[in-house]
Amino acid sequence: MGIINSQQSAVGSLQSGEEQVLGSSVLLTKLDEIIGWGRKYSFFLYPFVTACCGMEFMSLAGPRYDLDRFGSALPRFSPRQADLLFVVGTISHKQAPILVKIYNQMTEPKWVFSFGVCATSGGFYDNYATVQGIDTLIPVDVYVPGCPPRPEMVIDGLLKLQQKVAKEKWSDWPRGEAPVTQNQNLKIKI
Amino acid sequence: MDSVTLKKLKEKFSDSIVDTHSFRGDETATVKKEKIVDICKFLRDDNELLYNFMMDITAVDYYGREPRFEVVYHLYSLKYNRRVRIKVPVPESDCTVDSIISVWIGADWFEREAYDLYGIIFKGHPNLKRILLYEGFEGHPLRKDYPVKGRQPLIGPKN
Ligand code: SF4
Repeated sequence: MGIINSQQSAVGSLQSGEEQVLGSSVLLTKLDEIIGWGRKYSFFLYPFVTACCGMEFMSLAGPRYDLDRFGSALPRFSPRQADLLFVVGTISHKQAPILVKIYNQMTEPKWVFSFGVCATSGGFYDNYATVQGIDTLIPVDVYVPGCPPRPEMVIDGLLKLQQKVAKEKWSDWPRGEAPVTQNQNLKIKI
Repeated sequence: MDSVTLKKLKEKFSDSIVDTHSFRGDETATVKKEKIVDICKFLRDDNELLYNFMMDITAVDYYGREPRFEVVYHLYSLKYNRRVRIKVPVPESDCTVDSIISVWIGADWFEREAYDLYGIIFKGHPNLKRILLYEGFEGHPLRKDYPVKGRQPLIGPKN
């Protein structure tokens, strides 16, 4: 598990002539970079917890592993206030339209974290009830398999996501609603 | 050795008991489906039995056998700390059995579950519709002839 020196990407590259002239009172950087740097340390996550992986998520969010260290401490239980969707656990076909709806309700920019092998690929639930990986429904940024994954793995995944977010550009957003949204076969109203 | 429960059942419903089995306190009676409500009432109300707790209803698909299905009831007597298992064979041609909601109201959701997953019709159930799967799902997935890859997603691809 690598620890990333966060300051480097945004601030560390500024050994230019201007900075020497201006001293430490002014900070020069690219807007993309400074925004990416801000975003990656202020995830507001929405825990979409459906199964046993939730126990591991609790230990991750609790004091021992302490997600707060990585700037994603505060779970929001309204998708409109969240920008990181944590899909934690088995997603059944009955629940799939709800997951898509939640994803569409989140404001952009937004990222999706697939927590555990069930969310990633359906895991060993290769049957009539289970979605075979949430990437058949919504775009996924990070996959962390494991049944359930160790908190260290999740933290590693989160750091990978931070690296990814730091490199994003304005033009990467918005992504729009999930492609399957129009492909519904609902006979009941949810 | 027959216990009180099986002995009393045999005395009272001699024509309806197909088979009994008892092993280390684990007791089973296979009964005809026509009598299931009467048998349940008797088990609940008889003073020496008092099976007041209906723990579980489930079903089994013995595909290829006739009768194909079996509905299984697990009962528990809180008073005497005794358990009994009642099995009811159900043929595929007449896939119905009387609902026992009138005896134990708690049977409601168990019967819906057995209906949902095995397609067994519980006659007299006030609200027999799917409980775990969704409206519009076709077939009953725990039947052995439901296709292994039979996927019916509400949204997204079949996979
Ligand atoms: S990956 Fe394992 S622990 Fe996580 S939801 Fe699936 S079965 Fe449960």
